[in-house]
Amino acid sequence: MRMAKRTQLWSLLVLGVLPCVPVSATDLQPPASFDGIADRAERSRSLFVEAGKVLQSPRCLNCHPVGERPTQGADMHPHGPLVVRGPDGKGAVGMRCTTCHQAANFEASGVPGNPDWQLAPATMAWQQRTLGQICALIKDPKRNGGRTLEQLQAHLAHDTLVGWSWNPGGKREPAPGTQESFGALTAAWIASGAECPR
Amino acid sequence: MPIELNVNGQARTVDVDPETPLLWVIRDDLGLTGTKYGCGIAQCGACTVHVDGEPLRSCSAPVAAMSGRQLTTIEGLSSRTAKAVQKAWVDLDVVQCGYCQSGQIMSAVALLEKLPRPTDLDIDHAMAGNICRCATYHRIRAAIHAASAQLHA
Repeated sequence: MRMAKRTQLWSLLVLGVLPCVPVSATDLQPPASFDGIADRAERSRSLFVEAGKVLQSPRCLNCHPVGERPTQGADMHPHGPLVVRGPDGKGAVGMRCTTCHQAANFEASGVPGNPDWQLAPATMAWQQRTLGQICALIKDPKRNGGRTLEQLQAHLAHDTLVGWSWNPGGKREPAPGTQESFGALTAAWIASGAECPR
Repeated sequence: MPIELNVNGQARTVDVDPETPLLWVIRDDLGLTGTKYGCGIAQCGACTVHVDGEPLRSCSAPVAAMSGRQLTTIEGLSSRTAKAVQKAWVDLDVVQCGYCQSGQIMSAVALLEKLPRPTDLDIDHAMAGNICRCATYHRIRAAIHAASAQLHA
């Protein structure tokens, strides 16, 4: 009986019909992978570098532009049609984000969506910044929307627009890992002193 | 699945797949063919309608999301601003082939309802998503300014 089960399992693997969890370069290492780094500050910086794989993915950077216009796509080309941030981050008068972006990804047209679709504030421009500069930005309450580190962590780990990065719809490549694994990394980064890469 | 809509002030019920793009419900189920299909991917603006007074690309919105909201198509435009825009469009002979013009007018009216005295930059930003293959952009801009002037005369 046991042998029969093994045989069945092997044949299923050969046939490729068993669900599997691929391990790829787009996965995130868990915080425990960094436990071997004895120096606390160095461990904290390493945790942020790992989380930075998400922060510097096109899914995040496209809506954290320098200037008034977002970018789009894996190659981060200018958003088409021309749109601007506007006074509230949700577009110009007469050309709001909601003119095209609805509450959810719409597969019929391929247009992505979320109820809170918007651009990051100009103070949170990440494009053209190093990871160390992005780190300094997101820690600074004067530029991060007045958030404490705890509030920042809650935003990164639970905000649904941040979460869209892992559910972008269409043929878009999701951000690395999951929002849960990203949240675990940023929590460990804060717990280890929230040090920034040099 | 029956979906209740309010289109041009009238209650309408359609029995369609809730994920159907609003555009096809407007054109095929309600017979309001003034709203045009151009690209189907929110890149041209030909399918623009108003939802609660804001412009919306009807090719990129599921019809189920429109319940409880006020939809206006080109056939239902009747405000003072809309009449000023329509007059300006005729006075300046804006239209060439005309295919994009219902979308252009919907966007222009939505802009003027919110910003009665738009600058050139305001117009560029509001109208950037409405493409005209005849390149009548200069006349569109002039007509929006003319409608604004008419509203303030």
